[in-house]
Amino acid sequence: MAEHAAAVAHQFDDAEQQRGAAELGMWIFLATEVMFFGGMFTAFTAYRWLYPAAFAHASRHLDVLLGGTNTVVLIGSSLTMVLAVHGAREGHRRTLLVCLALTMCLGSVFLGIKAIEWRHKWEDGLVPGLRFTLTGADAGPQELFFFLYFAMTGVHALHLVIGIGVVGVILALAWRGHYTPAYHNPVEVTGLYWHFVDIVWIFLLPMLYLIGRHGP
Amino acid sequence: MAHSAVRLYVAVFAALLVLTVATVTVSYVDLGPASVVVALAIAFTKAVLVVLFFMHLRESSGLIWVVAGGGFFWLAILIGLTMSDVVTRGWLPVGVK
Repeated sequence: MAEHAAAVAHQFDDAEQQRGAAELGMWIFLATEVMFFGGMFTAFTAYRWLYPAAFAHASRHLDVLLGGTNTVVLIGSSLTMVLAVHGAREGHRRTLLVCLALTMCLGSVFLGIKAIEWRHKWEDGLVPGLRFTLTGADAGPQELFFFLYFAMTGVHALHLVIGIGVVGVILALAWRGHYTPAYHNPVEVTGLYWHFVDIVWIFLLPMLYLIGRHGP
Repeated sequence: MAHSAVRLYVAVFAALLVLTVATVTVSYVDLGPASVVVALAIAFTKAVLVVLFFMHLRESSGLIWVVAGGGFFWLAILIGLTMSDVVTRGWLPVGVK
């Protein structure tokens, strides 16, 4: 354990520089992730501008209760993640382990609720290309909405699956005592990734679920 | 110090919950075109809270602020320039037979 605390890779001057490099690397990766999700957000914005009524109609097929619940679950997981980072900083082993485990649990609950929603969409015939049964004048643009819905929530869910896996690895390493207040960079940068995935959902909730809740 | 940090995280969590309830509630009120602005303003506020406190940007170096700001800036270019095309296509009758 003490060895890890003192471990500074040879390319760095000191632990502080090593920590700064890890942090900067993750922020740069997240900036590329902003552009990755940004393409889909841009497509959504453009098509919502072109077909506002159809997108409002399609939005009303989504379950606000499940979407809202999932938002609370994901915000809760961000709280447990930041408490895990806090535990690592303070050297509280039990806080770190328990909060990482809770983060994985809440992430899994989110995916479970998401799977229920996707199944409802399948049963309602709202899956573009595979089983889309809406008819009428604006069925085409509504199919476009659901294509974007599955693309955005799907890619978001994939990020969460990866996040849960990474947190699992961090949990295993923390269990073996790899992290100390002096060295816990992997915990810090995993926290950054997890919070980013939370932020994506913070924007998906109003864009997908809340537009067109009222009006014709 | 340690306890005040935990209190801050819980306070941010509570603020995020309140804003989530607020955005869901207000979506059932007909505000006309302003409803999109309100929904995105609340989402943006929530994102800023997460970035500043959960991602510790508040304590981060200027270099990290530049990268975080750069991500947002390039997103604004992507959406802004794309929409400047989409929104203005109908303004002039170019190519209409």
